[in-house]
Amino acid sequence: MILALVEHERGLPAEASLEALTLARELASVEGTDLDAAAFGGDGSALADELGTYGVDTLHHVDHDDLDGYAPEAWGESLGQLVEEIDAGTVVVPSTDRGHEVAAHAGVTLDAPMATNCVAVEVDDAGAYELERHRWGGSLLEHARLTGDRKVISAAEHEFPVTPADEATAPTVTEFTPSLEADHLRVRVDRVEASDEEGIPLGEARVVVGGGRGVGGAEEYDQLEELADLLGGTVGASRAAINDGWRPHDDQIGQTGAKISPDIYIACGISGAVQHMVGCKGAETILAINTDPEAAIIQKADWAVVGDLHEVVPELNDALRDSA
Amino acid sequence: MSDDEFPSHAGTVIIGAGIVGNSLAYHLADQGRDDILLLDKGPLPDPGGSTGHASNFLMPVDHSKELTHLTQRSIEQYEEMDTFTNSGGIEVARTEERMEELKRRVQSAKAWGEPGRLLSVEEVEEMVPYLNTDILEGGFYSPGAGTCDPLRAGEVMRARADDATGGGLTVSPNTEVLDMHVENGAIQAVETDRGTVEADEVVIAAGLWSPKIAEMAGVDMPLTPAVHQMVSVGPISFFEDYEGEISFPVVRDMDTQMYERQHGNDLEVGSYQHRPILWDVEDVPSIEESPLSPTQPPLTEDAFAQSMADALEIVPELLDDPQAGVRHEIDGLLSVTPDGMPLLGPIQDVDGLWSCAAVWIKEAPAIGEAVAQWMTQGWSEIDVHASDINRFYQYGTSEEFVKNRAHEGFQKIYGIVHPAEQWQSSRPLRTSPFYSRQEELGARFFEAAGWERPQWFESNEDLLDTYDAELDGLLRENEWDARWWSPIILGEHLHMRDHVAMIGDMGFGKFDFVGSDVVEYLERMAVGRVDVDVGKAVYTPILAENGGFVSDLTMVRLGPDHYRVITGGADAGGDRAWFGSHIPDDADVTMIDRTESLCTLGVWGPDARNVVQSVTEEDVSHEAFPPYTAQEITVGEVDAWAIRLSYVGELGWEIYAPMGQGQRLWDTIAEAGEEYDIRPVGMGVYGTTGRIEKGYRLHGHELELEYTPAEAGLTFHGVKDAEFIGKEAYADALEGENAATLCTLSVDDHTAESGERRFMLGSEPILDGDGEVIVDDHGRESYVTSAGTGPSVGKHLLMAYLPPEHATEGASLQVEYMGDQYPVTVEVVGSRPLFDPENERIRS
Amino acid sequence: MNVLACIKRVPNTGAKIVLTDDNQRIDASNLGFTMSPHEECVIEEAIQQADAHGGSAHVLTLGPEEATEQLRTGLAMQADEASLLETDGSEWGPRATADAIANVVREMAEDGTEFDLLLLGNESADAANYQVGVRVARELGLPCVTGIKSLEVEGDTAIAGREIAGGEEIYEIDLPAVITVKEGINEPRYASMRAKMRARNMEIDRREPVGTAGAGSLEKVRLETPETDDSAAEILGEGPEAVPEIVEILESEVSVV
Repeated sequence: MILALVEHERGLPAEASLEALTLARELASVEGTDLDAAAFGGDGSALADELGTYGVDTLHHVDHDDLDGYAPEAWGESLGQLVEEIDAGTVVVPSTDRGHEVAAHAGVTLDAPMATNCVAVEVDDAGAYELERHRWGGSLLEHARLTGDRKVISAAEHEFPVTPADEATAPTVTEFTPSLEADHLRVRVDRVEASDEEGIPLGEARVVVGGGRGVGGAEEYDQLEELADLLGGTVGASRAAINDGWRPHDDQIGQTGAKISPDIYIACGISGAVQHMVGCKGAETILAINTDPEAAIIQKADWAVVGDLHEVVPELNDALRDSA
Repeated sequence: MSDDEFPSHAGTVIIGAGIVGNSLAYHLADQGRDDILLLDKGPLPDPGGSTGHASNFLMPVDHSKELTHLTQRSIEQYEEMDTFTNSGGIEVARTEERMEELKRRVQSAKAWGEPGRLLSVEEVEEMVPYLNTDILEGGFYSPGAGTCDPLRAGEVMRARADDATGGGLTVSPNTEVLDMHVENGAIQAVETDRGTVEADEVVIAAGLWSPKIAEMAGVDMPLTPAVHQMVSVGPISFFEDYEGEISFPVVRDMDTQMYERQHGNDLEVGSYQHRPILWDVEDVPSIEESPLSPTQPPLTEDAFAQSMADALEIVPELLDDPQAGVRHEIDGLLSVTPDGMPLLGPIQDVDGLWSCAAVWIKEAPAIGEAVAQWMTQGWSEIDVHASDINRFYQYGTSEEFVKNRAHEGFQKIYGIVHPAEQWQSSRPLRTSPFYSRQEELGARFFEAAGWERPQWFESNEDLLDTYDAELDGLLRENEWDARWWSPIILGEHLHMRDHVAMIGDMGFGKFDFVGSDVVEYLERMAVGRVDVDVGKAVYTPILAENGGFVSDLTMVRLGPDHYRVITGGADAGGDRAWFGSHIPDDADVTMIDRTESLCTLGVWGPDARNVVQSVTEEDVSHEAFPPYTAQEITVGEVDAWAIRLSYVGELGWEIYAPMGQGQRLWDTIAEAGEEYDIRPVGMGVYGTTGRIEKGYRLHGHELELEYTPAEAGLTFHGVKDAEFIGKEAYADALEGENAATLCTLSVDDHTAESGERRFMLGSEPILDGDGEVIVDDHGRESYVTSAGTGPSVGKHLLMAYLPPEHATEGASLQVEYMGDQYPVTVEVVGSRPLFDPENERIRS
Repeated sequence: MNVLACIKRVPNTGAKIVLTDDNQRIDASNLGFTMSPHEECVIEEAIQQADAHGGSAHVLTLGPEEATEQLRTGLAMQADEASLLETDGSEWGPRATADAIANVVREMAEDGTEFDLLLLGNESADAANYQVGVRVARELGLPCVTGIKSLEVEGDTAIAGREIAGGEEIYEIDLPAVITVKEGINEPRYASMRAKMRARNMEIDRREPVGTAGAGSLEKVRLETPETDDSAAEILGEGPEAVPEIVEILESEVSVV
């Protein structure tokens, strides 16, 4: 049996969990076995309705009087106990913080090996997995062999497009109550705090708006400041702009300045010199706004707008203000 | 300026879009080239070569006039493009020896027309408050120094090139050269991963990758990547109060071979003190494989340990800023050549292929301009002959040689380098057949273009006693003045004047020209009339179109359609390229290089004829073998050929023989000369004492593109009827008044303020009575082009170009040397010899 | 408060990865080595916590002799001590690694050094097994939380935050504990020049790790460099006309609006 861990919110399965479920279903089909799902808390039957679309046979709804909110070790222990209870051969988890954390604990409980960030799994005659998994955040593929009676794997994000099962099922919902000790519950979410986006240092900002020589002068940064404010981000600058005295030294992004790792870096009027780009390697995505379609930044960006930032940015600010 | 369409043909292809390639593109466009393709394997604006990681400061003062003028001109260009920040620069001294060297910096600054002065420790502290001045003796301040932005300058120059060509510049980044197509000895096309482009001319400006490109064309470029370690420390709170890139002078800590310069709120610390770390160009990673860039591999930490200690000693406060750390550290790769100078000019084995490599940020704009001028008009305003790539032709291009010299030269970058300092590695490389005989005689060999040439012979030490009285007052007490020198040279000189001496081999370049069009061709090359009787020798300037000197050399007519051109060893490669490139395609002229097949032994002195006649079958009397003629002669068993002329002003011959018979020639002359006490004497006599008494000019010293024959006093040919290169400018110069005339001066008093007697070595500024550097109407400073002792006239002599108001025989001027000023007298205006002015000895 | 910072020597990628001929490892000759970005933050956090609460920051790695380079980086950042569990350079799996770390923690405790806080990276840059921290904690019977991006210690309690959509979930954990951190928890300092000099000469504690290399039941067969998409950016448009496209990306692709 293949067991997939499903994270959900108010009965709606998370995207990454559905991806994991997609992989799990493939494996179940290859191995000719059942596809079960495990979920913690919430309304099990509502979730089961959703999971039917993806071919789940049984949903094991895990609950416990002391389980109120997320508790990594308790979840991992519970998952391990469930696996033993139902004798699942393989556990598939999403490649999320919780997925990996719970799986790691379960792996200890089960004394099972774990292969993370898998992008392809094949089953050989002996039941071993010939798998491919990401290393180096996906810049390298590892071909590996996973053996053992019980296996834990995580499905790399965005590698298994969510697809409904050929035939929808009506999953049975089974309640599972783990046996937990106090130690399992000593680590748990105490509270949730809303994020504070004010005055975030460059290195920690989720959005960075960078300005280079193309900005043209100190005052011209006002529009970039506004864009950053609208996005809850921070403004940075290239060395050339700093050298011209347009921005304080601390704003420099690059080899000899801040190293940024935002979700998006919006590079305005920045050519993309090596010294600058080294500081941007941590950026998940880069959007370049530049008049020169041949600028090096265009080679390195994910998206580019060819145009004058002095025209594009104010218009973008207007659009963002309107949509807010 | 688009890379959309990769052209199938371009007038000019420039390989490499660093600061050098961009500068070339702009200046070539400015000079009229209108179909230019600029390509680079990397992206723009920073393709990943040295331009992208340089520390970008420009200290203009160098002991080389060429480099100083190139940096001055580059600063002008950066400034004009608004990419220069004038911060000033200070070279600090930790030792007394370095303070002496800094006095020489002041001297060079004055000689090359760049401001510069010494600073007391207090003044250093005032200008750069963060230095630990407790360890300093003082400094040299260069107010013109500053920093530049070469990436931005590149953008400006590309845009200007595009404008100047009316859109005729194609820029193609991310384009890798795969092959170079050469046919019939000429470049045809450049093959890239974006297509093949046919080209009329191709310039390799690919920095440390240049040899790889050259190899594709089947030629060698003597250049190796070498590491220059650099780290950047920040953020430093002290700099927070200062806006922009730099507010304090760049500091060069000369004795530790390091620099420290503000860059924003960082301090950049660079070092040349570490052990030389040379790379093989094949090991330099691709752009994709480099974490930073191909030329920024990770710092070799252990090599940098001492540099850190030294930096902490001189800038402790900044580096100990609790907020600051090492934010960036690299083994920066740059290009190093066997002698540290750039590699510029036409690559002579492939027509249409040019080199513009091993160029530093501080010279790049001016070098781009100079090479563009060279390509388009055949000469450059700033003479760059010391950077001519052809100086290594035929000897200095092996990987082993390049590595050895680069290794040795690395320590000279910030070192105190004596002007006569000799290289130690890769020697001996080129030896004449006389070498082992000379070695037995205790020759002290100096090297020129790879040739081992005796500078003097220890076996002649007895001459110091012989000429004790004559040498009084000419001996050098100061160690620096006497370094790479011996008083034996003066003894050898006097012995030659009294008896007879043998000198050789000089390492001459020897080129034979044959063919039915040879007279017409050589007439076009030379100022002097070439269509002379068979057997006549003609000493002639070789000019560029601007009337400046490309070379000076001797042409001998061996037959109706056969000439031999003999030129100085150091210039042989460049002259060969010049002559080769000017042979018209349809002319019947063949050049045969005899450099490596013939050796030369000079026999000169009052007894020269007695010695030579005693072993020669032919009659060598004055009548049978007049001066300035050449004949085949047989010396003992040796089949030789001799010219009767002399660079030392004596009766005698240059005897040429096949290399294989050279030792026999040496032995024959030496044996025959025994009864006249013939002595082997060194190049010290030939190149310095003998020639300077005779007022003979030397290319690269007195003779440069920046001066004309009229100014050099070499007008004896008049203006011949035949056309020749530079004729118009030459004729104009003869007509007009000289802005400066080459003069011979003597030092009146050698006594320094310290009481020590000092002897100038060359390159010192000439000052007027008020102590101001003399400058002519063309803005050229008067400086010592050559210095040397004239034992026969009992004086230390200097040559210098002087403007008319000072070019008066008997005039009193001053020379500045190591911080002191010495009175000098103008002895001769023009080329009249100080010794034997009527040349009676040569004609005897 | 004594803090243990566990780090791993890995090639300094950030450029196209070239593999050795046997496809078993990365050819690092052009790259040099470093530690995972999370782990620079591990060291920084260890030093800050030790400084704030009195105690020492101790850097530990399991790796070959060359990994002393990374330990010295830690010392240059002003960590107090460093230990090397010296291996022959072969790859240790998460279980073996965790066993070796747990064992050395026990050994040190016997020698009188007890750690209040054990910090590790959330996952290594190269293998990313996401397990060593949890396994060390379970082995030592300590509480553990992973993926932490903010950390404060008050008395015997660690207040640790993990990023979730729209905010942070906060854990309060009794010390001693194992916490794995993510880049962004702090801005790791650059070592000062003087500290680098000092670190060059500092003593490194060397030990034999307990156990042997081996990945257990997950066995590496070979590595492969995937086809990468290094094409230029997708051009959204020219000038202000591209604004709707930008907004679309900010909303759906990056979810920052």
